[in-house]
Amino acid sequence: MKINLGFEIAKSLLLARWKQTLVAAIGVTFSITMFITLLGFMNGLNELLDGLILNRTPHIRLYNEIKPSENQPINIGSDSLKEYNFIHSIKPNGGRLSIYNAIPIISKLKEDNNILGIAPKLSAQVFYNVGETDLNGVINGINVNDEQKLFAFDTYVTKGNCNDLNVVPNSIILGKGAADKMLTNIGDIIQVTTSKGERVKLKVIGFFQSGIQDIDKIQSYCSIETTQKLLGVTSNYITDIQIKLKDLTKAPKLAKYYSKLFQVEAIDIQTANAQFETGSSIRTLISYAVGITLLIVAGFGIYNILNMMIYEKMDSIAILKATGFSGKDVKGIFITIALSIGIFGGFFGLLFGFGLTSIIDQIPFNTPALPTIKTYPVSYNPFYYMIGGLFSIATTYLAGLFPAKKASKIDPVIIIRGK
Amino acid sequence: MSPSLEAKFIQKEFHDPVTIQVLKDINFKINKGEFVSLTGKSGCGKSTLLYILSTMDTDYSGELFIDGISMHNKTENELARIRNEKIGFVFQFHYLLNEFSVLKNVMLPGLKLNKYTEEEIEHRALEKLKILGIENEALKLPNQLSGGQKQRVAIARSLINDPLIIMGDEPTGNLDKKNSVIVFDIFKELAHSLKQTLLIVTHDQEFANNCDRIIEMEDGKIISS
Repeated sequence: MKINLGFEIAKSLLLARWKQTLVAAIGVTFSITMFITLLGFMNGLNELLDGLILNRTPHIRLYNEIKPSENQPINIGSDSLKEYNFIHSIKPNGGRLSIYNAIPIISKLKEDNNILGIAPKLSAQVFYNVGETDLNGVINGINVNDEQKLFAFDTYVTKGNCNDLNVVPNSIILGKGAADKMLTNIGDIIQVTTSKGERVKLKVIGFFQSGIQDIDKIQSYCSIETTQKLLGVTSNYITDIQIKLKDLTKAPKLAKYYSKLFQVEAIDIQTANAQFETGSSIRTLISYAVGITLLIVAGFGIYNILNMMIYEKMDSIAILKATGFSGKDVKGIFITIALSIGIFGGFFGLLFGFGLTSIIDQIPFNTPALPTIKTYPVSYNPFYYMIGGLFSIATTYLAGLFPAKKASKIDPVIIIRGK
Repeated sequence: MSPSLEAKFIQKEFHDPVTIQVLKDINFKINKGEFVSLTGKSGCGKSTLLYILSTMDTDYSGELFIDGISMHNKTENELARIRNEKIGFVFQFHYLLNEFSVLKNVMLPGLKLNKYTEEEIEHRALEKLKILGIENEALKLPNQLSGGQKQRVAIARSLINDPLIIMGDEPTGNLDKKNSVIVFDIFKELAHSLKQTLLIVTHDQEFANNCDRIIEMEDGKIISS
């Protein structure tokens, strides 16, 4: 059979019941629209939440940990002596937090092809002095340019210019939470006490807001040089090397490799933030479940309409079969009907879904926790549009398959003799 | 020359609710150009026989030859192809598709056969309609036509692929006297001037008497042919 002929018959059957066809197509359109909107919205949220932590977390962090040696001298010979060691509460000796040979390690890492960028960091425990009270705090010494490039540092500086850290000596960007407690404004001088008891005056040049309250209350940022001065250490004193990789999935493997190569501790993003992956994947799963449920409902609609059409068109099917159309041809005609409902409905569904997500994208959404977000987060990932399109075709095909099979099995003799 | 249609020892039983033999040892031939009527009382099995001969009913024993080819062991697709190419049908009811114009209805089996281009099929369909005197109705929809006209469209549709044989199941059963005469005259015209083979099931004795040959059935058997 010429494909055109099947199309033509399918088209005329469709147009003969165009209102029902429209309702069926609207069902598909609606479910695809909701599917796209839901996934776009859900994923926008996922990307936002992931970004909140993952974008600002290095893929691999190299650091030195103070811990007791795993091979205590007493254990070395005790096995052969057949004696038992009763020494408890072993303490580490005064180790150092800084990474040995940090500068050569950084220059070595810069040659590595897997790495997108490196940002050295230096953390210092301090107290913010507010009159009589001392607030706990951590000052991060950073290289502003690297931090900006790798972790979009500037987007979290809500007030002031982060580049001033390089320009203004002894300057600090305070966490918003800490600043509110201290009632400081930009340009004010604050005083901090280091863990070694030294008091230092720093000039506030900006506020920083990550959206995570606990971080904003404690963390502040200075340049590496200022922090080193604060701690009274030399310029090769660096406690963290933050690494961003080109391919995030390689992090666990490379972390182990670097740990061995440089004799430092290394933690990868997957280990450090396992809970975010889980959250994202479950949210995605829920959106898929809802989307597929909607599509199945639409599929039942198509199934019903095709079934009715077959009962109505029994005579037409009988005469087509009598005059030489095979069961396969008849099946093809009804599958074509189902698929065209699916393709048209799905196409408009994708279009409306895009429209609806675009509208949601414009709705203002202000929350003090997320300073960088002005409107509802939405994702336009083409993958979801592809999945939506494929699903619409697959469900309508399945919905059409059973009625089409039934139509193909209609015995023309029974219909014609029954008249 | 092989006969258009040949039945050899065709038997058929219905099994539900009890086994009844409806056709017993049917043997006959129809040669090319014959105008045959198949008559008998209601329930004698003439329609059952026609549907077996038409290849639509495959649940029988015995052998059926169309144009000298056995219909035994043919797949559903092959039988559909044979019906399309070699058999034209006219039923009691017209079975026109209301979604298509008269012309398109006539063209459909031709388009399915796909032997000629669409333009040629359209031209041929118009010719057939002309033979039946309804070429002016070509672009109307079937539900705008009278009963007699619809039946003539159905005859035109059966002719579109120049079939080996036209089978009719009470083609005048739904028509008034005047239209019955018209349809009969058309069949006669087809048989005599175009040498078209026809096998018409009817219980209209007058219709049967005017045919070239009568096959008469009673209780599942042919009593005269």
